Amino acid sequence: MTDFKPKYSAWELVKRAWQGDRPWARAWAQVPPKSGYQVVIIGGGAHGLATAYYLARDQGIRDIAVIEKGWLGGGNTGRNTTIIRSDYFLEASARLKEKALQMWEGLSRELNFNLMVSQRGYVDLAHSDGEMEAFVLRANAMRLRGSDAQILDLEALQRRVPQLNIDPMARFPIAGALVQERGGTVRHDAVAWAYARAASAQGVHIIEHCPVTGFEKTGDRIQTVITEKGPIDADHVVVSVAGHSSELARMAGFDLPLESIAVQAFVSEPVKPALDVVVNFNAGLAYVSQTDKGELVMGGGTEGYNSYASRGSLPRIEETAARVIEMFPFAAKLRLMRQWGGIADIAMDGNAIMGPSPVANLTLNAGWGYAGFKATPAVGWALAHSLAKGTPHPLIAPFALARFQSGALIDDGGAGPSPYLH
Amino acid sequence: MIVIPCPWCGPRDESEFTYGGDASRPMPSLKNGNDQAAWHGFVHQRENPKGPHVEYWYHGGGCERWLRVERDTITHQVRWASDAAAKTEPEQ
Ligand SMILES: Cc1cc2nc3c(=O)[nH]c(=O)nc-3n(C[C@H](O)[C@H](O)[C@H](O)COP(=O)(O)OP(=O)(O)OC[C@H]3O[C@@H](n4cnc5c(N)ncnc54)[C@H](O)[C@@H]3O)c2cc1C
Ligand SMILES: [Zn+2]
Repeated sequence: MTDFKPKYSAWELVKRAWQGDRPWARAWAQVPPKSGYQVVIIGGGAHGLATAYYLARDQGIRDIAVIEKGWLGGGNTGRNTTIIRSDYFLEASARLKEKALQMWEGLSRELNFNLMVSQRGYVDLAHSDGEMEAFVLRANAMRLRGSDAQILDLEALQRRVPQLNIDPMARFPIAGALVQERGGTVRHDAVAWAYARAASAQGVHIIEHCPVTGFEKTGDRIQTVITEKGPIDADHVVVSVAGHSSELARMAGFDLPLESIAVQAFVSEPVKPALDVVVNFNAGLAYVSQTDKGELVMGGGTEGYNSYASRGSLPRIEETAARVIEMFPFAAKLRLMRQWGGIADIAMDGNAIMGPSPVANLTLNAGWGYAGFKATPAVGWALAHSLAKGTPHPLIAPFALARFQSGALIDDGGAGPSPYLH
Repeated sequence: MIVIPCPWCGPRDESEFTYGGDASRPMPSLKNGNDQAAWHGFVHQRENPKGPHVEYWYHGGGCERWLRVERDTITHQVRWASDAAAKTEPEQ
């Protein structure tokens, strides 16, 4: 167990209130970088921070720096729509996400940080008989692997989500749903902070506002990571920079089979509790849930073309909002409050790329697109294991970069080598 | 909204077009059809640049021609668009 000083608890809160406004210690230490580390993790998103934490907790490796160009969680960690679930059909995808879902269930306690893990249920809507049949196939696969899945016909679905518009004359009528009751939401920025605090408590250095600008190589190894705070030697480098993966790969001398595409999310003004479940519309794409503050959080598909512009475009907001209103007509009365975008790194089969790279001591964690938040604990845990043992953990081995050459693709969406369609 | 200067129809909104992805990589010759490395490079590998990107757009809401377009992936500014059959980039 990590030794937190102070440990967050109701008792600690009361004590501090009683003693007067005593400032809390920083959640993670601010330190200047050393001249070198055993492991340098580039990218202070939830994935990079989780990897550092599990390296320290499980593998006894504590000489680690996490290097972040901005602030912790300022990337896709703090921009996603916070959905967790493991309702995947393909074996490799499902196993990794199910491992993550099991880890989420105990994570707040372990990290001594309230991650607001809310297993409120994830409702995936089908719009035709054919789609329902595919959902039954997927639900059966999920159950056979020991996960939970239910198929709801229209009547049962209306009971589960009373606000849902199931009008048969709708533009894209709803036929039924696959529901994973263990799915839900997690407060995303808290995940970055909690892993950072727990990693820092074990001696990991977290270095913010420090962009990596290049590498110095000897032969097929990286010797030194060049940063804006000076050169840092590394025995091993992990690249975990989401939408900026191609840029880091290019610095290291290779191309990746992925493209960067903006994905948007937005929130409405806060209203009284109206929706106690996450709902996903599949004719096009729109997913919606309500935060504890009362805002509806909405997201949709990609912008549809390569983009590093994290503001996103109006046509996509309009499309997504239209779908949300078709599901929940009451949403038409709400005003949009904030809108933002994140740069998603989407691989040629729409799935993640984890493990070895063409550079001997560089491990990749990329290609998570707009689906990687839910996998965070399992990714960190399995990557740490892989780094320490020098061989990919079985949970991540199928996601090797080499699959694009061997042909063992993991295309959950069946969309082919067109990232903008995934 | 991206505005694409179609060589046949003039400047038109992105909503009239369908995106077709990276147009910077020439297709390997079909004569050595089993050159695995060349096909892997063509089908999978991408430069994915921050900045100017040459890409295909299909003008379904207009001339129904495939275009090659150079667009900046940060600013979305389009520098040129030409008919994809023309193969050569227009004179700047
Ligand atoms: C709008 C949107 C909605 C999403 N919704 C969901 C969802 O509901 N459920 C889900 O599971 N997933 C979702 N995702 C995907 C999920 O957010 C990502 O897959 C996941 O966050 C990626 O891992 P990460 O947390 O480490 O990335 P990030 O948080 O993006 O971390 C990468 C970090 O690398 C840093 N970096 C980049 N370049 C450099 C450099 N040169 N030097 C140093 N640091 C650098 C960045 O600043 C960034 O902080 C969504 C994504 C988006 C954009
Ligand atoms: Zn035209």
